[in-house]
Amino acid sequence: MKKRTKTSRRNAFTYALVILAFAILQAMTAAGAISSSLKGMLVPICAYVVMAVSLNLTVGILGELSLGHAGFMSVGAFTGVTAAVALQASVPSAPLRLLIGMVVGAAFAALAGFLIGIPVLRLKGDYLAIVTLAFGEIIKSIFNNLYVGVDSHGFHFSLLSDKTNLAEGGKLIIAGPMGIGGIQKIATFTAGVLLVLVTLFVVFNLVNSRAGRAIMAIRDNRIAAESVGINVTKYKMMAFVVSAALAGAAGTLFAMNYSTIVANKFDFNTSILVLVFVVLGGLGNMLGSIVAAAALTILPEALRQFSDYRMLVYAIVLILVMLTTNNPTLRSYLDRAKAAVTGKRHEKEAA
Amino acid sequence: MFSKLVPIPSGSMIPDRDIDKKPILECIGLGITFGGLKAVEDFNLTIGRTEIAGLIGPNGAGKTTVFNLLTKVYQPTHGTILLDGKDTHGMNTMQVNRAGIARTFQNIRLFGDLSVEDNVKVGMDAQMHYNMWSGIFRLPGFRKEEKTAHERAMELLSIFDMQHLTNAKAGSLPYGAQRRLEIVRALATNPSLLLLDEPAAGMNPSETAELMENIRKIRDTFQIAVLLIEHDMNLVMNICEGICVLNFGRVIAKGSPEDIQSNPAVIEAYLGKQKEA
Amino acid sequence: MTFLNFLINGISLGSIYAIIALGYTMVYGIAKMLNFAHGDVIMVGAYICFYAITRFSLPPLVGVVLAMIVCTMLGIVVERLAYKPLRSAPSLAVLITAIGVSYFLQNAALLLWSSNPKVFPSFFVLESGGAAKTGVELFGGQLKISYVTIVTIAACVVIMLALTWFTGRTRLGKAMRACSEDKGAAQLMGINVNGTISMTFAIGSGLAAIAGVLLCSAYPTLVPTTGSMPGIKAFTAAVFGGIGSIPGALLGGLLLGVIEIFAKAYISTQLSDAVVFAVLIVVLLVKPAGLLGKQIREKV
Repeated sequence: MKKRTKTSRRNAFTYALVILAFAILQAMTAAGAISSSLKGMLVPICAYVVMAVSLNLTVGILGELSLGHAGFMSVGAFTGVTAAVALQASVPSAPLRLLIGMVVGAAFAALAGFLIGIPVLRLKGDYLAIVTLAFGEIIKSIFNNLYVGVDSHGFHFSLLSDKTNLAEGGKLIIAGPMGIGGIQKIATFTAGVLLVLVTLFVVFNLVNSRAGRAIMAIRDNRIAAESVGINVTKYKMMAFVVSAALAGAAGTLFAMNYSTIVANKFDFNTSILVLVFVVLGGLGNMLGSIVAAAALTILPEALRQFSDYRMLVYAIVLILVMLTTNNPTLRSYLDRAKAAVTGKRHEKEAA
Repeated sequence: MFSKLVPIPSGSMIPDRDIDKKPILECIGLGITFGGLKAVEDFNLTIGRTEIAGLIGPNGAGKTTVFNLLTKVYQPTHGTILLDGKDTHGMNTMQVNRAGIARTFQNIRLFGDLSVEDNVKVGMDAQMHYNMWSGIFRLPGFRKEEKTAHERAMELLSIFDMQHLTNAKAGSLPYGAQRRLEIVRALATNPSLLLLDEPAAGMNPSETAELMENIRKIRDTFQIAVLLIEHDMNLVMNICEGICVLNFGRVIAKGSPEDIQSNPAVIEAYLGKQKEA
Repeated sequence: MTFLNFLINGISLGSIYAIIALGYTMVYGIAKMLNFAHGDVIMVGAYICFYAITRFSLPPLVGVVLAMIVCTMLGIVVERLAYKPLRSAPSLAVLITAIGVSYFLQNAALLLWSSNPKVFPSFFVLESGGAAKTGVELFGGQLKISYVTIVTIAACVVIMLALTWFTGRTRLGKAMRACSEDKGAAQLMGINVNGTISMTFAIGSGLAAIAGVLLCSAYPTLVPTTGSMPGIKAFTAAVFGGIGSIPGALLGGLLLGVIEIFAKAYISTQLSDAVVFAVLIVVLLVKPAGLLGKQIREKV
């Protein structure tokens, strides 16, 4: 059972790290030792961490490249915020409204994940990747042209132009390319960290159960997995839908941190950004995803002193990191160092 | 849920040829064509409930293709496969496995990044019942089934004395151990017919001898049928009760090891036609 | 007649996509990587041509050749510095590096040439009888075909023919095909694999420069992100036709262009992209390896 304890120790370390980071940042905020720009980034960082961990479930654990993860974030953002706005009068408690919003966002994103998963998961490799990209763009186009209003008769929908014809006292929530405006910023850092912890809980426990084993088995060798009776479609779908649902919740959280949210925020570049977090953090490595998401969200901000050059520096850092981490000589050196460290630990355990 | 292992002392149970009673597998006129090429044609084979049978033939004869047809990796274009009297027509690989056929692969196909124990547990997935939420929230169903699965995996691994390797990554095992792990993983699916594709490939004579013992032990313990593809004639002639010889996609001979060894068609297929003196 | 007009516009746009898609597909065929920076090479080509014509008052043709030379060099340098060290790395690492290169090119362009949109000069103009003509009119003015359209379609045809000849008949072209089949075997047969890959990048990037000039002649606003959306579309076109296949890139590009223009004309301008991508999804469901792609059966 040594391996089990090793994974659970690692998982416990990840939870602890998140809580520790939260405690430190809360303390710093209370002491006023935190810049306002960083303070404004706390909720987006949480949202990106959830995005990265959930995408890692698809890319690292299931082993399928998704280039449209921002699409699910978008679905979650628009549906979750719509729910929260619609409930503004009936649910006075802001945290509860945020929670309902995130649940609604996750549910709709899960539904979108399921519907998209039916065609997507029949494809393989780069073809699968391009179809996720296509769905991401389609979702963006739809929300860019969707009008949703609410009045005493309930919800009204229209596409392309505002034909909702709301009754007196009605409210247009989603206004096509203008997105949703006048959002009450009820997302808090605490809520963000809680969502991160819930995400970690779901992903860690899923991976460490029969479902996770089956999903990784499919990744390692699909034909062998089928030959031992694994229901490949079911498990692929499970991973894809859970990943989409978590991204949906992240979307709601993210949107609730701004007063306006537009569909173009969740485009191909956002999907790619999250993919970069996942690859830099390491496939299947959730702690790595968290660190990469947090670090790379802060990095452009930290590079502010380079002003105009900061995105250029960001790009160079990205390329250099990929080149060095994949350099064969460096790699073997790192592996040897790792072996030396773990080897020592084994000796200690034996003693 | 799980059938626990009930080890029967090896040797106490020497099955007679039980083909005629109620065969586990019947192939009738099985065939497949790849773009005009008849890879396997008119393949007929019957295997008894606890028989160890061999499928031999020169390279490229279509042996692995037969395995792929039986497990529906390829859908046969002709013929019928009856597993325990039931037609497997329309089933996919997963369903065939759940119906009772498990296999190993010529080019080893383990789940390389999973541990040895997890590889075996993946094989038990179809017999587990707890759902996703049970797994996420660690409900009693999860705990109970995972505990049983762990015990069963250890038992199965003990067939090949692999208990000490449980936490190793499957992909990092030596070649022989990988082949053995594939057999254990196949057994974990509770099959009634085990297909072994060149189980002794790359093994030295003493490892092969051990493997032969283990194949017999598996048959005796689980009371299942084994069909194996092998180039090691010593192994085939020693443990197979019935042998089927393929050449160019067609069956050229069938019978007991003695029959096959003296069959002129088989000798010709392996050694070529002898020149008239 | 409007239908015919839309069709011609579609073929013209599709020709540009096809030329870009060729770059994607050739690089994919040989290096098995999605070169996300390809779209940005288009933008660089367009800027070079723009400055050659406006700042240095060079003749348009010289501008195009200059753009091709710069882009070819750029392709080779990027391949050497960023992709070659990753030849044996996992494909995702290469993908992320390509994205890094894409960011780099966009931001370098932003610094060098600022984010102010440049209006690309229209040099496909004929002076006839004192009046400048930008196109031909047929059927008494009912059907207008601009010179840009004609040149674009002609360029696409010429490039396709040249590439077909190149890959089919020349030593280098055959080496390219051999490398995309099996790099190891090609190397054992004495083919310089690294050189061949470099050359593929060079050709793809040179084509991107032509595509950039044509794109900006048809849609004259030039900004540092000009290349990204056409890049994604052309990438889609390459997959549509079956990635790795040169005729597939042509077919995919043309179809995508025509579908896009028709969707804009008959369905909705705002939803045209959605329609394009929806068609892609449907096609891939019916033909999972694209229209002309090879379905590879996994050996068990």
